[in-house]
Amino acid sequence: MSLWRQFTHGLRSLMNRQAADREVSDEVQQYLEEAIAAGVACGLSIEDAQRAARRELGSMTSVQEQVRSYGWENAVRSLASDLSYAGRQLRNNPGFTIISVMTLALGIGASTAIFSAVNPILFKPLPYPHPGRIMMIWSTFEGARSEIAFGSYRELAARSSTFDSMAVFEPWQPTMTGGTHPERLEGQDVSASFFRVVGVAPVLGRDFEASEDVFDGPKVVILSNRLWKRHFGRDPAILGRQIKLNGDFYTVVGVMPSTYENVLSPAAEIWTPMQYDTREITTNFDTGEWGNHLRMVGRLKPGISREQGAQELDEIAHDPWKQFPRPRWASLEHGLIVNSLQDDIARGVKPALFAVIGAVILVLTIACVNVINLLLARSAQRRGEFAVRAALGASRGRIVRQLVTESLLLSLLGGTLGMGVAAAGVRALIALSPSGLPRLDAISVDAVSFVFALAVTTLVGLATGLIPALQISSSELNLGLQLSSRRSAGDHSWTRRALVVTEVALAVILLVSAGLLLRSMRRLFSVNPGFNPTHLLTMQVQTSGHQFDDLASAPGAGSAKRRRFFEQALEAVRGVPGVQQAAFTSVLPLSDDPDWVSTYGAHFEKDDRDPQSGFDVFRYAVSPEYCETMRITLLSGRCINEGDTASAPQAALISESLAKSEFTGENPLGRRLHVGPTNRPWYTVVGVVGDVKQTSLAVDNPDAVYLSTEQTWFADDTLSFVIRTRGDPAALAPAIKEAIWSVDKDQPIVRVATMDDLLAVSEAERHFVLTLFEIFGIVALVLASVGIYGILSGSVTERTREIGVRAALGASRRDILALVLGQGMRLTALGIIIGLCGALAASRVLVTLLFGVSRLDLITYLGVVALLALVSAIACWMPAWRAVRVDPSITLRVE
Amino acid sequence: MNEQNTDVIQGTLDMLILKTLSLEPMHGFGIARRVEQISQGVFKVNPGSLLTALQRLERAGWLDAEWRQTENSRRAKFYTLTRAGKKQLEVETADWTRRASAIARLLKAEG
Repeated sequence: MSLWRQFTHGLRSLMNRQAADREVSDEVQQYLEEAIAAGVACGLSIEDAQRAARRELGSMTSVQEQVRSYGWENAVRSLASDLSYAGRQLRNNPGFTIISVMTLALGIGASTAIFSAVNPILFKPLPYPHPGRIMMIWSTFEGARSEIAFGSYRELAARSSTFDSMAVFEPWQPTMTGGTHPERLEGQDVSASFFRVVGVAPVLGRDFEASEDVFDGPKVVILSNRLWKRHFGRDPAILGRQIKLNGDFYTVVGVMPSTYENVLSPAAEIWTPMQYDTREITTNFDTGEWGNHLRMVGRLKPGISREQGAQELDEIAHDPWKQFPRPRWASLEHGLIVNSLQDDIARGVKPALFAVIGAVILVLTIACVNVINLLLARSAQRRGEFAVRAALGASRGRIVRQLVTESLLLSLLGGTLGMGVAAAGVRALIALSPSGLPRLDAISVDAVSFVFALAVTTLVGLATGLIPALQISSSELNLGLQLSSRRSAGDHSWTRRALVVTEVALAVILLVSAGLLLRSMRRLFSVNPGFNPTHLLTMQVQTSGHQFDDLASAPGAGSAKRRRFFEQALEAVRGVPGVQQAAFTSVLPLSDDPDWVSTYGAHFEKDDRDPQSGFDVFRYAVSPEYCETMRITLLSGRCINEGDTASAPQAALISESLAKSEFTGENPLGRRLHVGPTNRPWYTVVGVVGDVKQTSLAVDNPDAVYLSTEQTWFADDTLSFVIRTRGDPAALAPAIKEAIWSVDKDQPIVRVATMDDLLAVSEAERHFVLTLFEIFGIVALVLASVGIYGILSGSVTERTREIGVRAALGASRRDILALVLGQGMRLTALGIIIGLCGALAASRVLVTLLFGVSRLDLITYLGVVALLALVSAIACWMPAWRAVRVDPSITLRVE
Repeated sequence: MNEQNTDVIQGTLDMLILKTLSLEPMHGFGIARRVEQISQGVFKVNPGSLLTALQRLERAGWLDAEWRQTENSRRAKFYTLTRAGKKQLEVETADWTRRASAIARLLKAEG
């Protein structure tokens, strides 16, 4: 009731201020009249009564003011008047307002954009029920996370009691036929429990059942909403329908909801049960069931912590049971790694993200410092105004409130514009972002970003308003009126100098970071990948269909067909005009071919008696002319050629590093080795070739063995074609695809890209961070130089009289130039020194992103110092030049 | 010039107003005069504080206000105690009595 009265009465007085004011003055007037009447009734004369009443009441206006100042509406009223005054102030100084608002918009926008991108990866819970209970479980290999075998999963799932459910999965790329062109889909081979672990059920149809995840079980799939929409037009009758994948019919049993975000494999659109064969799992280790190539995820029981789960799995790992025999390579003796899913997906990108967050905070700080600087300059000009207001009875608090209102209005304008900057920034970030960035689909400017931006805006408004406001001391308020035009550069400007120093220091930190990254990138791209990437087109060709199956009735027939198809396709490609050379390989350098499909154990004949000997090598199964097409250097011997057929002696090329580490000072040619299975004839080394960068320019993967596709123990079903072209390689892609399809139109061709593109993509994450730092660095440089210019130019204006006097007393132009330049350069120098210390500390964060450059790289530091010195010299020069032209006779007369 | 303090004890103005109005509806000056009379000049109410307090009590819903003719046919803003106001008076009176008697006891106590 009373709240309602508060509200309605207040509102009434707010809406009709005049009536409310009149009522108050009427009541006060009436009070006075009653008092006079009472005085007269007591026998006083009318004059005495009036005098007595007035004395009792005091000043009528002050009583009215006292009564009127009651109520919440007065706060609103004074806020409104503050706001309109602030608005007028900003309107009257368009230059100041535009620069400040733009600066703030840039700072707030950039930080909101970065926050929006980082929030889903680092902070926002994953879009699953109780996401904190979902754990990634890895085997350990040389201390790092490594994939796990189905046999290990089977044992852990059976023995663990801290996990509700566990699941394993691996990529699955089935070819869907039946349309005009075959399409290779991205999918996942999963254990039946997969969606239960994740906690999301199909929106249509049902989840997989355990009875479907058995050897030779029914062929069923669950579709993503995207695939359902793209291929089946959201037809609800999709359930039970059969679709043709890899030549087999699969029944659709479910469709996932459109909100389902698959953080484990964002591109996956189709899922099928793994259907491993468990019949011989305890007796025969030489099967796919014991290959370490699965990723594993588990959901902890409620109330169980990650540590408890990890501890239990560790105990299981170190306590083998005889009903679960383990082979040597899946012994789990090095324990297991258990990470929360959120940490796991953010793991690789964390250093880059933290670096970017740090950078954007620096940019925001610089933006604030600049605006504070501008506000300080303005409050110096407004000292007279404040003095007048103080003389008229405004308290210091009231003036501070006015200034804070102004800066809040300013930051609110900046924040509004900043939301636009953030929206554009997020779009740019998504476009720029490396493919390794998790949860890309979840990145958007949403309500949380808005709240973030609002909070930043408010903080910025308060900070930028309070610092200049508190600069005005109460004594100054009183002195201001007398001295408003006479002040020389007083000691109050130390704050502004400190701000400029801060700005320069922050700019140094950002620029040094950007410089280090830039030099790393240069170093990286000057690394020789071991082949010539220009004019090289690559594409992945997959074989799919039952004609390639090796049936028991005709062993090897399918593989022979597969090999024949690839050979014919290669012939067709070589016939395309513009093609200089062409070849294929099972593993393509700098592509996203996963390590685990391309590395195999190998050992040389010389070490044969030592059962522990052996090492992992990249196995390249290549066609003749592969090394020639790639321009991989042949160091000795010969390359794989047409003579290396299935019936010829088994030939192998080894990489230079492998030759050096195994045969120091000896001739490796003619030596023999096994790659993969040991029950086959030895391969004989026929040549040594240069090392090739396989996974990244930054990583050495020197141990490699090249075999002829004719002579490997299995026919790869997917090969990458490499085509050396005369002109633009991308332009030839359609003709080459047609050539391959002319051999068999049902074989999918994917990942068509020039080698230059692959090279760029392989360093996308570094490039992404570098781009952001470059942008932030340039912004910082511009803002810092504007800041230096602003303070010097303000100080020259304030010191015009002093300069005039100096000139009149005989100071030369050079002296005056030196005076102003010296003032600016001293500030810059101090800022640079502090900034260098900051950069030394900040570069620690960057270490993981650097390549071939020390974080203390002298050239970068010197370059940044030189750059800042130059820019600030330019910024100082203009005010200094103005000071030189001060005419003493004019300035002195003005006074 | 040893003037005695006639300020209303801090925090009691509301109670005094409510008590005064519990007798009959009154306008601002009437309340001030009545407080002065009954307290035999011990308390003098400051007009500004009184009028502000009246506004506050009205907002709180303890008083109703309305412009009416006085007995000497002038227009004045008359305040009436509401039901909520009566209740509030009881609360404040009880509270005051409790505290005043405590103070009285403390002052009486001798070493």
